[in-house]
Amino acid sequence: MRLEIKNLSVYYGKIEALKGISLVVNQGEIVTLIGANGAGKTTTLKTISGLRPVTSGEIVFDGVNINQIPAYERADLGISQAPEGRGIFPGMTVLENLEMGKYNRKTRKAEMSEDLARVYELFPRLKERATQAGGTLSGGEQQMLAIGRALMARPKVLLLDEPSMGLAPMMIQNIFNIITEINNQGVTILLVEQNAQQALSRAHRAYVLEIGKITKEAKAKDLLNDPHVKSAYLGTGAHEIF
Amino acid sequence: MDFELLFSEFPSLTFDGIALGAIYALISLGYTLVYGVLRLINFAHSEVFMIGTFAALLASSDIMGINIEDEPISGAKLILTIIVCLVVAMLTSGIVAVLVELVAYRRLRNRGASKLATLISAIGVSITLVEAFRIMTDSLPREFPRFFEKSFIADIFGAQIRNDKLLVIFAAGVMMFVLDQFISKTRIGKGIRAVSQDEQTSVLMGININKVVTVTFLMGGLMAGAAAFFYVLVYENTSFRVGFFLGISAFTAAVLGGIGNIRGALVGGFALGLLEVYGSVLLGTAWKHVIAFTILVLVLLLKPTGLLGESIQQARV
Ligand SMILES: Nc1ncnc2c1ncn2[C@@H]1O[C@H](COP(=O)(O)OP(=O)(O)O)[C@@H](O)[C@H]1O
Ligand SMILES: [Mg+2]
Repeated sequence: MRLEIKNLSVYYGKIEALKGISLVVNQGEIVTLIGANGAGKTTTLKTISGLRPVTSGEIVFDGVNINQIPAYERADLGISQAPEGRGIFPGMTVLENLEMGKYNRKTRKAEMSEDLARVYELFPRLKERATQAGGTLSGGEQQMLAIGRALMARPKVLLLDEPSMGLAPMMIQNIFNIITEINNQGVTILLVEQNAQQALSRAHRAYVLEIGKITKEAKAKDLLNDPHVKSAYLGTGAHEIF
Repeated sequence: MDFELLFSEFPSLTFDGIALGAIYALISLGYTLVYGVLRLINFAHSEVFMIGTFAALLASSDIMGINIEDEPISGAKLILTIIVCLVVAMLTSGIVAVLVELVAYRRLRNRGASKLATLISAIGVSITLVEAFRIMTDSLPREFPRFFEKSFIADIFGAQIRNDKLLVIFAAGVMMFVLDQFISKTRIGKGIRAVSQDEQTSVLMGININKVVTVTFLMGGLMAGAAAFFYVLVYENTSFRVGFFLGISAFTAAVLGGIGNIRGALVGGFALGLLEVYGSVLLGTAWKHVIAFTILVLVLLLKPTGLLGESIQQARV
């Protein structure tokens, strides 16, 4: 598995949300993309998943340019996403939500029980709530469901859009522990976060995105000590600058 | 206000209201399903129903060879005739609904046109179809042959049960049950629900929206076609403008139940059927259509979420 983005530009109407960004995610890594609100993180993930059209540049997945592959075929290629805001189907049960993660797989019947068991092992809470409607779960449970559902597709790369957003500190710890565990099981992860402290301490490599441009690329551990990153994303100063 | 008649005939009126409500409910499913996936009021849906009535008529005369003057039929031929007319009406309406979506909505949608543009396109399709049928039928209503002798076959709690209406209630109930199972149990049915609840996430799951939309229009059309056959079976006539009032009533039923909500459409359909029948007795049949319009306005003003569903004001038309 290798996901490579080359010189990607994406527009909303006349607004250029991504201004020619490039990044690479290699097999087995956790790569994090950090940046303030409005930097273009969600746009990046949406474009990788095919929800936003590419204006220029390339998305290369396993050596193939996938710019023209429709969004609904990308899950089956191996690109899964737990979107910003979690995207739970509120009127479906937890089990139905998980089953939706396999919607487009030809092998879904054969894999279903095995993959459900794997997700339930990661998230025992989901098993307890299996017959409950997705809309009735707490924020943390919904995030678990969003991640679990993305795993149902057996992704080669898992895209996570601010999994810690809106969660209590205990739950944030819990979610990041699980992200690390999923990665230890061999799933490659592209993690978008505003919680830079957590993201940088979990990831292997990191990119900093500022107003549609990548301004830094480094080992995650190194960025934890970077003066600019420290003042902009890690300290209390974050509020004053962004 | 004839309350005496309402009370003395209450059981029979209730039965009639349920039969009418079954027809409304079947049509309103099409409005609600399409609204669910596209957040669009499909104004051409009334014409999908109208075309179904003519398809049933054509099936009875050209396929089964039954004319207006013919004696009632019975036995196997009757059953076969009913099935053929029902299936032809359903398939025709289903195909028309799918074509309307392909021709009038899909390209607008794929180009990211505003919901308002699509709505205007819907109204345009509706007018075009009505006018086409006006020309083809010389603006005249058409009679539908009476397949079997209509008679009161039972008396339940004082309600006079007429055989054709009982058949309609039963058959409509079966259709609703099958549709409900289809939506809640099958893969593509779950796709329809998923798109209704969160379109973007549905795409991330691997759902092809265009396919789901096509199936949604097909389902709505099949139900409208069934309603069309039941309508001509009971009322024994149709015309190019039959879709207008039936459409308004069925749309009102969908809004009353909560648009976008399938069970809401069923509840709304039966509630409106009953209200129209009771109201017609109280105020006179001339007021029948006023009742539906009034309820529509009242629901929009007082409880836009309907009984079970979503606010139409969130529709962003
Ligand atoms: N649907 C949209 N229409 C117009 N502009 C948008 C839309 N979504 C995002 N944007 C703009 O694109 C930029 C990047 O947004 P986004 O990718 O959501 O940032 P982030 O996820 O980093 O907070 C912002 O300036 C935002 O205002
Ligand atoms: Mg975002």
